[in-house]
Amino acid sequence: MIKGSEFLRLDNLRVHFPVRGGVFKKAIGYCKAVDGVSFSLKKGQTLGLVGESGCGKSTLAKSIVRLLRPTSGKIHFKDYTTDDIERRKDFCKSVQMVFQDPAESLNTRMTVGAIIQEPLDIHGLGNRDERPVRVKELLQKVGLPVSATRRYPFEFSGGQRQRIGIARALAVSPELLVLDEPVSALDVSVQSQVLNLLLDLQNELGLSYLFIAHDLAVVKHVSDIIAVMYLGKIVEIASAEELYSNPLHAYTKALISAIPVPDPSVKRKRIVIPGDVPSPIDPPPGCAFGHRVNAKNYPASLGMPLGLKEVVADHWVLDCPCCIEEG
Amino acid sequence: MTEIDQISPLLEIRDLSVRFKTDEGEVEALDKVSLEIKPCQTVGVVGESGCGKSVTAYSIMRLLPRPMGMISNGRILFQGKNLLDLSTEEMRDIRGNEIGMIFQEPMNALNPVQKIGKQLSEVFSLHQQDDNHQAWLRSIDMLEAVGIPSAENRMHEYPHQLSGGMRQRVVIAMALACKPSLIIADEPTTALDVTVQAQILDLLQNLQKETGCSILLITHDLGVIAETCDQVCVMYAGRVVEKGVAEKVFASPQHAYTQDLLGSIPRLDGHSKARLKTIEGIVPSLFELNEGCRFGPRSCRDHTEEQLSQRPDFKEISSGHWVEACPVCTQT
Repeated sequence: MIKGSEFLRLDNLRVHFPVRGGVFKKAIGYCKAVDGVSFSLKKGQTLGLVGESGCGKSTLAKSIVRLLRPTSGKIHFKDYTTDDIERRKDFCKSVQMVFQDPAESLNTRMTVGAIIQEPLDIHGLGNRDERPVRVKELLQKVGLPVSATRRYPFEFSGGQRQRIGIARALAVSPELLVLDEPVSALDVSVQSQVLNLLLDLQNELGLSYLFIAHDLAVVKHVSDIIAVMYLGKIVEIASAEELYSNPLHAYTKALISAIPVPDPSVKRKRIVIPGDVPSPIDPPPGCAFGHRVNAKNYPASLGMPLGLKEVVADHWVLDCPCCIEEG
Repeated sequence: MTEIDQISPLLEIRDLSVRFKTDEGEVEALDKVSLEIKPCQTVGVVGESGCGKSVTAYSIMRLLPRPMGMISNGRILFQGKNLLDLSTEEMRDIRGNEIGMIFQEPMNALNPVQKIGKQLSEVFSLHQQDDNHQAWLRSIDMLEAVGIPSAENRMHEYPHQLSGGMRQRVVIAMALACKPSLIIADEPTTALDVTVQAQILDLLQNLQKETGCSILLITHDLGVIAETCDQVCVMYAGRVVEKGVAEKVFASPQHAYTQDLLGSIPRLDGHSKARLKTIEGIVPSLFELNEGCRFGPRSCRDHTEEQLSQRPDFKEISSGHWVEACPVCTQT
């Protein structure tokens, strides 16, 4: 890949949480929530991140916006890394986050106007007269009436609240939006409204998205590139069309087959994965997915360093003997 | 007439209306809902939040919050008996024994301070008058039947020690314990991951094959309905707008709401980044419902005053495919 076109690049990012125990609360183990994730994102692109709950999607999102500190690894953003303290303010302005549950991520005691204006106050954008104008402009952009400024979040429905969350994230004119399950709490009809809004905003403002969801159909709809995560690691990453038409990893295949298709005439074989995602505190040795499904070749993955391998151009998959069928 | 049409239904809901008293006045949560379930069938009820799906389920179980919720009209016939005429004791016998219920959020449906074993064996000792030992053994069998590994050890665990999928299996085990002939599943997989959802749906289908029970599946996910249900019933704002055989309804939806709902789901085989069809606005508040076509004001289709104020007929347009025949919303 050409270096100049990269916008966001994660370099072997790890986020480990210490598990404390004993009298002195010493770290007796580590929960490896994100364990060596690397990918890059170009300007104007959308990267979709899918995986089951507990696979580290949200931890990854939070560490990108630096709500969590990575244990190791670097996040490169444009021409600097997020460790660069002098550029921290720039970074916070360029990268904003939209949270999953709009009811919980909006302060119930602030008016909508105050909520959207707060990032402007913090970053010192505009003056006292300009800020309310900007707030109104943002409300119109996300499809809410200007009269909303004086109302409170509880007066709005779930979809409208998510629009408020998006308006707040857009207030400081960011270049990258990290969307952590932005539509999972919404009804289908409202979900499609919000997805359309996100696509329109991307076209209009040239935004890049990191879109996290557990619904592969939604992710496929909005993304250029999809990364599939399992137990803190990316197991497969490819363009949306390629991943859907030619999944290589056994986990991706199972994930795609598990999505219910809204058409009763389509009869497919559901691949049912037994069991649950193993705990990231004490992960099984070797290939974590092979261990779960009790794959035939699982013993072959023991003691092997598992890394991503480029199988087809720009289609990377975790090189594991038990999860990839030859041929 | 095919064979299945002649079998008398296991559950028949006729013109059920439910009203809720609130501080702001009375609202009608269900408006003359009719629905029937034949033996061994799976019937799906689908709709957005607030359309009355769960209220329907709770009315069948007679578990509506009292005194706010009351059934103002209609009959619920289960095996020929009207459930609404039964006394509290008789109804208690039916719940669990004849009709089992699976709740949406398994964490809230289980008692957090009781061990799994105690909660599950309680079902047997209460409904089937088993002694403690026998109830315990049957509970272990039940846990094994729903696919919980090392069931005997799990009996001594608390709900919080199990994962979401496992907890849902426990709730299913409880609902199925007394081999009910009808299971009401209220959003059984909404709180779960897709992979776990696939496990649970598989489990429900296998159990249905083994026991021959009927399932009333309530969900907002049209995909789940398409994969599991024989019959589907689409609800909007307290009314059934379309119902019929799942294949027919999905292949040629007649009501505009069903069409729009199907159009607004992103599909795996669809075009990326294409604009989705949307339904403008939100589900209307129960306080501002009109008598006529309820989807009219939201549907961006021109309705006359009369169409908005007079309730359209519920017509059978082809065999076993019923639709609320608003002339604007059912145009083809």
